[in-house]
Amino acid sequence: MKEMGMGPNDIPLKAGIFGAEAWSENMRRDIEGTMGIKAYDIYGLTELCGPGVSFECSDQHGMHINEDYFIAEIIDPKTGEVLPDGSLGELVFTTLDKEAFPLLRYRTRDITSLSHEQCPCGRTHVRMSRLKGRTDDMLIIRGVNVFPSQIEAVLINQGYPANYQIIVDRINNTDTLDVHVEMTPEMFTDNLGEVNKKQAELVDGLRSMLGLKAKVTLVAPKTIVRSEGKAVRVIDNRKI
Amino acid sequence: MSVKQISVFLENRPGCLHEMTKVLADSNIDLRGLSLAETSEFGIVRLIVDDVLGTATVLKDAGFINSLTDVLAVEVPNVPGGLNKVLEILDGAGVNIEYMYAILGNKKSESAYMIFRVDDNTKAADALNNARVKILDQSGLSAL
Ligand SMILES: [Zn+2]
Repeated sequence: MKEMGMGPNDIPLKAGIFGAEAWSENMRRDIEGTMGIKAYDIYGLTELCGPGVSFECSDQHGMHINEDYFIAEIIDPKTGEVLPDGSLGELVFTTLDKEAFPLLRYRTRDITSLSHEQCPCGRTHVRMSRLKGRTDDMLIIRGVNVFPSQIEAVLINQGYPANYQIIVDRINNTDTLDVHVEMTPEMFTDNLGEVNKKQAELVDGLRSMLGLKAKVTLVAPKTIVRSEGKAVRVIDNRKI
Repeated sequence: MSVKQISVFLENRPGCLHEMTKVLADSNIDLRGLSLAETSEFGIVRLIVDDVLGTATVLKDAGFINSLTDVLAVEVPNVPGGLNKVLEILDGAGVNIEYMYAILGNKKSESAYMIFRVDDNTKAADALNNARVKILDQSGLSAL
């Protein structure tokens, strides 16, 4: 839109519904500001009914789950134990009205948290927060849960494209986290100190997001391995 | 008054510098000067060449991130104290030098040539001109 010289007032859209991909609050604000719309989050999965499991209301304060059709629970993905409101864990659904293909405590592998508090809009259906990632993507590094989406958020916040690779290893019985970030022309100058500073800012950003010290390695553009067009985001070299 | 320097990002891995010099060699690019700065994590190689834009394009096409910087190519008298005199002038003018390195002149020359990356090119050039120190432009550099 910017390239075409269009502003938020040039399109008549009022709202957009965005699902199927993990996104951040910053990305939402960006879409809303650029397009002049309200951007709503939606959640669904094919095994339940496709889109329609939960939606945001106009307060954009978590997605209301259609509890008359689905019972939602959050469990610890390792132990299966049910977790209280506010805890991050794996979302589990039981269907109440599916006849041909009912599901009992079906594990979605999606990571989120639930809240049974009343929404500012007045509805009392349980709400789920924005997806934090997938249990398949979750890494446990020095006992801390790390999601690639968190690392992506740090990069985007600091103006980098989300081009990265996470390399996890275990050296002297300690997990190491090395984030490879593709260098961009905007980031590069002839000044060693400046480039060093930008690298240090990434390390700081990762530390405050993850609560972990990560190493940042700057790599040449287009060097991060892609398979079938998609970048391989995580390489876990730990042998346990 | 200044010349363009090409700075190239190098990953910290064996063979990276050689990959870059191979790209330059394959395109018949003659290096006038080169300096390498590195940390334990990455390196920046700075190049002085005759055909700046052509070289920058060749590097970009080969996937090397690079940027152009205006630097001063200064003729330093090839006598003891020659460099000291130049530094004295810059210091006297309150110019900050971020880095500097020597480049190739011609063998018979009475002078040595150095590249200066300073915080204020105009101020530095004025001070050097006033002291009759010669600064080369791109064509002067090519003529060496
Ligand atoms: Zn609501």
